[in-house]
Amino acid sequence: MTTRLFGEPVRRREDPRLLTGQGRYLDDLGSGAAAAAFVRSPHAHARVRDIDVTAALDVDGLIAIYTWEDLPERVGRPLPLLIPHPALTHGRTAHPLAKEVVRHVGEPVVMVVAADRYLAEDACALIEVDYEPLKPVVGVEDAVQGGHLVHEDVPGNIGARLVQEVPSAAGLGAEELIDSAPHTLSFRLDIERSAATPLEGRGVYARWDGSDLRVYSSTQTSTSVRMAVAAALGLPLTNVEVIAPDVGGGFGVKIVHPWPEEILVPWAAMLLGREIKWTEDRREHFVSSAHERGQVQHVRVGFDDEGRVLGLDVRILHDHGAYTPYGIIVPIVTSTQLLGPYKLGAYRVEFSSVYTNTVQVTPYRGAGRPQGVFCMERTMDKIARYLGKDRTDVRAANFIQPDEFPYDQRMTFQDGRPLIYDSGNYPEMLRLLKELIGWDDFEPAPNRGIGVGCYVEGTGVGPYEGGHVQVTSDGRVHVSTGLTSQGQGHQTVFAQIAATELGVPIERVSVVTGDTRRFGYAVGTFASRAAVMSGNAIALACRKVREKALRIAADALEANPADLEITDGVVHVVGDPTAAVPLSTVAVLSNPLRYAFDDEAAKATQFAGASSPDRPPVAEGDEPGLEGRDYYSPIRSTFAAGMHAAVVETDPLTAEIKVVRYAVVHDCGRLINPMIVEGQIHGGVAQGVGGALYERMVYDPHGQLVNASFMDFLMPYATEIPHIETGHLETPSPLNPLGIKGAGEAGVIPVSAVIASAIEDAEGIEIDRMPISPSELFDLRG
Amino acid sequence: MSREHEITLTVNGAAHRVRVPGRRLLSDCLRHDLGLTGTHVGCEHGVCGCCTVLLDGRPVRSCLMLAATADGHEITTVEGLAGPDGMSPVQRAFADCHALQCGFCTPGFLCTVTALLEENPEPTDEEVLEGISGNLCRCTGYQNIVKAVRRAAELKAEES
Amino acid sequence: MKPPPFEYHAPRDLGEALDILAGAGAGGKVLAGGQSLIPMLNMRIAAPDHLVDINRLGELSSIDAGPGGVTVGALARHAEVERAAPHPLMVQALRLVAHPVIRNRGTVVGSLVHADPSAELPAVLAVLDGSVRLARRADGPADGVVTRDVPAGAFFTGPMDSAAEPGELAVSAFFPALPPRTGTAFREVARRHGDYALAGVCAVVTLDEDLHISAARVGCVGVGPVPAVVDVTEACERRPAATVAWPRVAAAVRERAEPDGDVHASAAYRLHLVGVLAEQALKDAAREAAG
Repeated sequence: MTTRLFGEPVRRREDPRLLTGQGRYLDDLGSGAAAAAFVRSPHAHARVRDIDVTAALDVDGLIAIYTWEDLPERVGRPLPLLIPHPALTHGRTAHPLAKEVVRHVGEPVVMVVAADRYLAEDACALIEVDYEPLKPVVGVEDAVQGGHLVHEDVPGNIGARLVQEVPSAAGLGAEELIDSAPHTLSFRLDIERSAATPLEGRGVYARWDGSDLRVYSSTQTSTSVRMAVAAALGLPLTNVEVIAPDVGGGFGVKIVHPWPEEILVPWAAMLLGREIKWTEDRREHFVSSAHERGQVQHVRVGFDDEGRVLGLDVRILHDHGAYTPYGIIVPIVTSTQLLGPYKLGAYRVEFSSVYTNTVQVTPYRGAGRPQGVFCMERTMDKIARYLGKDRTDVRAANFIQPDEFPYDQRMTFQDGRPLIYDSGNYPEMLRLLKELIGWDDFEPAPNRGIGVGCYVEGTGVGPYEGGHVQVTSDGRVHVSTGLTSQGQGHQTVFAQIAATELGVPIERVSVVTGDTRRFGYAVGTFASRAAVMSGNAIALACRKVREKALRIAADALEANPADLEITDGVVHVVGDPTAAVPLSTVAVLSNPLRYAFDDEAAKATQFAGASSPDRPPVAEGDEPGLEGRDYYSPIRSTFAAGMHAAVVETDPLTAEIKVVRYAVVHDCGRLINPMIVEGQIHGGVAQGVGGALYERMVYDPHGQLVNASFMDFLMPYATEIPHIETGHLETPSPLNPLGIKGAGEAGVIPVSAVIASAIEDAEGIEIDRMPISPSELFDLRG
Repeated sequence: MSREHEITLTVNGAAHRVRVPGRRLLSDCLRHDLGLTGTHVGCEHGVCGCCTVLLDGRPVRSCLMLAATADGHEITTVEGLAGPDGMSPVQRAFADCHALQCGFCTPGFLCTVTALLEENPEPTDEEVLEGISGNLCRCTGYQNIVKAVRRAAELKAEES
Repeated sequence: MKPPPFEYHAPRDLGEALDILAGAGAGGKVLAGGQSLIPMLNMRIAAPDHLVDINRLGELSSIDAGPGGVTVGALARHAEVERAAPHPLMVQALRLVAHPVIRNRGTVVGSLVHADPSAELPAVLAVLDGSVRLARRADGPADGVVTRDVPAGAFFTGPMDSAAEPGELAVSAFFPALPPRTGTAFREVARRHGDYALAGVCAVVTLDEDLHISAARVGCVGVGPVPAVVDVTEACERRPAATVAWPRVAAAVRERAEPDGDVHASAAYRLHLVGVLAEQALKDAAREAAG
């Protein structure tokens, strides 16, 4: 009998290494490498008049100083705009080092290489940059006035404007339906900036041996970094390898690529002929990586007496900071995922993506969904409040029903494919959640409130991922996939999939991710896609290997492949355990070698065995070895869903806000490893609580980020995070062989909406802006 | 250029003589001079706790200490937590309870919790929270870390 | 984020430390626990020419509790003082200072010299009318040591600024003991557990034999450039805690507060908080005094 590992809470296979200090993160590598550091702009907007490096030249251990002027043309050109979109009419990206103008505090201006980081920072401190300050543009509402421009050639600071309209079944538009609805509400919502802030910052380490370049990067996509580096440095792709070592968290910020440093560090390593490493420090991470979340939303909704939404019109000002390297994915996700588990009469959404002199905005866990869900769930609560209805009843009145899947929202999703939900059961999910939190028995009391929030998350976006599986003659199974890992437990879950598919003990399976030496084609780890994409690709690759193993074993056992199964790494005839051949032997048989370098190989040399003299040793269409490679490329995304509820208490005197209970019901299809899924949910909710109550990026009118440290950017500690109660619902996805949906981002998505809902219930004050601090709640109380 | 100082650090039981500039942080000395990269650096201003090591048995931030100040002291890093029989109860409890994801903050938590349970083998829930309240984790939401501390206390009690 | 270059000194005794500090003048900086100084070095906000590490001056690590009060040496760590528990208000305050791991290194005297207006210990020293002893090399060829005791009211001269002059080393601080029938309490609101307070209040309340409040003082944190000490004895009207007109007391405290707004809280909120916390802390202290 095969041990079924799929679906089991298997202990993580990466842990023993990480628990004993044997992890290898970026800065743990390259002990002899020279260190890079950067002079970064102290101004939000300025012209660079002159750079004087004279004083820095005396620093002991200085190796090199580079400004934009020193860069060859293909290195110095603007970084790629990774995801163009027709609506992004004015996409702009930064140069690796500032050319003439800096557009946010933290933009790199000068690169220094020195013997170690201390000395590199000494040199940076001695470099004098003469800036001519320009008027900074801060805040989207000021930006769209267009009084001052972030980019001289972008009128009104508007990078993109996109209108999407979904008329009603009768062909009526949202505005028309709102105007004629029995009830209408209009309001404004604000969501402030936050950021992913993984505990390990970014980092790049490069070495050049005269012909080949090896780059290690703390990235969420090594394959794409490889292509970007090869293109920028003019190297053949085959001479560049990129490896993501252990990565200390990503949460979206490390999917952006190539970062300036990912081009500059390898370039300098080649030029100087020595290993160079740059390890981002915490201050750099705040001002020179990426932020997210900041949006202003103007909402108009029309609804009937039951709370059914007849028309919804949302206008979004999206702050995308100084540059748009990742296109307009975030506002597109907000506009589409705003719909949640609901079917609306008609929907119109318009966003303007606006430049400001602040750090660029790219996806952070949730990637626009928290804002969209905040909008929709605030809308639901306001409808309920207006009608005097239970908030869950209004939601239920708008749910897509279980018999309506696949459900076409008639929009275009972030992957350019139709927004069609594949499966789900929202009424049941709400029932489970209400039971878990005790919604119907909740006793209203002053300064105690309950809140709810629902979301649907498109996960597992394409275009593809691949998997390679090889069984070697020692019986070991080697799995590789191109996407990277940042703590998701891929070495465990992919091994679970391979062990289950192949019928081998998990101890024999090893998994490599994010190493272009092992797998060159991949997209990356983001959008809750790794398990769906690589999980299915690995399963498909395993099925190929299994089929071949059964074919070879059938020959050896003189049996029909259909009568064979693999258990504990042994192929045997069903019902006859004596007619068996281990996979290790099958691997030997799969490879007709000439040279007998060891005992196993001796069994497979072309002179051994029963190969027919009338046939070539490797049959036409066959390959030596017991291995398989396959890709999974979905027709469209699969849609996970979840509903959260919270009980919040507010202090009547100090206005402190405490989340006393937090409940989650989550549906990500079939679970590969429930322990890991639950861990993802916990972490997501914690980030959500941070985003709702603690974390924000605060810019002053001069464009200075005034809280750029962990002292003032308040990432929650254990003392700030509530206990999280979870329930699972498993509605398999019909779109992929394993029936799975993504889970990585889920936890974070509805938290601001849920906590706002609960505070509103506790206080009787409408909460239209998140995050909220005790000071702000005090102000709202008036 | 400032002088270098010859110091002796006893790390995980082994004495190391090393020359460092006065400004060298203990975290950098452990990681880059002694090659003990298990101690991680997450903020270099004392807030995240990733760099926590044990100084004479008590947890301290190695990014908020000069290597020269540690001259003559005993230091335990994550590399020194496991015993001859394998991982310590705290390490095993973290694995049992899925108390780590990316693993970057983990060495700091392990050192903190090891010291916490040495001093207080049966901490209350509140003491557990207080004990780990100076360490940031961005992945786990802490719930399983709290669980692991309780589990570690159980394992230690069973094995003592 | 690496410290700038400086000359590192590790004196073996107080005399050597004072000699180095005398020579370094304004370019000298003392390193004790380092929990505030080293972040500033790492961010290159502080850039001393000479760093004088006093961690080998074992003579400064004493905690002496006498009938008149507690003298805490410059090397006594927060955690050691917390464990020694020589003074109830110090223990109440120390539990609110950052996190346990920081308290293992940070020193009480270092916190006083750092003089952060949001920190707990300066307010404790101020509300108790304690003092800081500063030592320096005597002028002239002899290797004498001159000390001066600066009362808290004069010691805290501004945000992050104290009366310690270049060349001086804060060798100890004295926290006066409490009179009989006296209770203390510390209340604060911080954004996260362990953060610097948005506002905080420590209270010292003495009761007479009839359990009426005979003396009441608060030290306020985070609502001005230096710890604000407010004597609210009069506002308490020698009543038992249960009948004190607390709004009047809170108003008297707010009167003396001059908070600023920042990224974490508005000035109005801090002003509100300090009144709320004063009432809570005074009530707690009165309860403790009644024993």
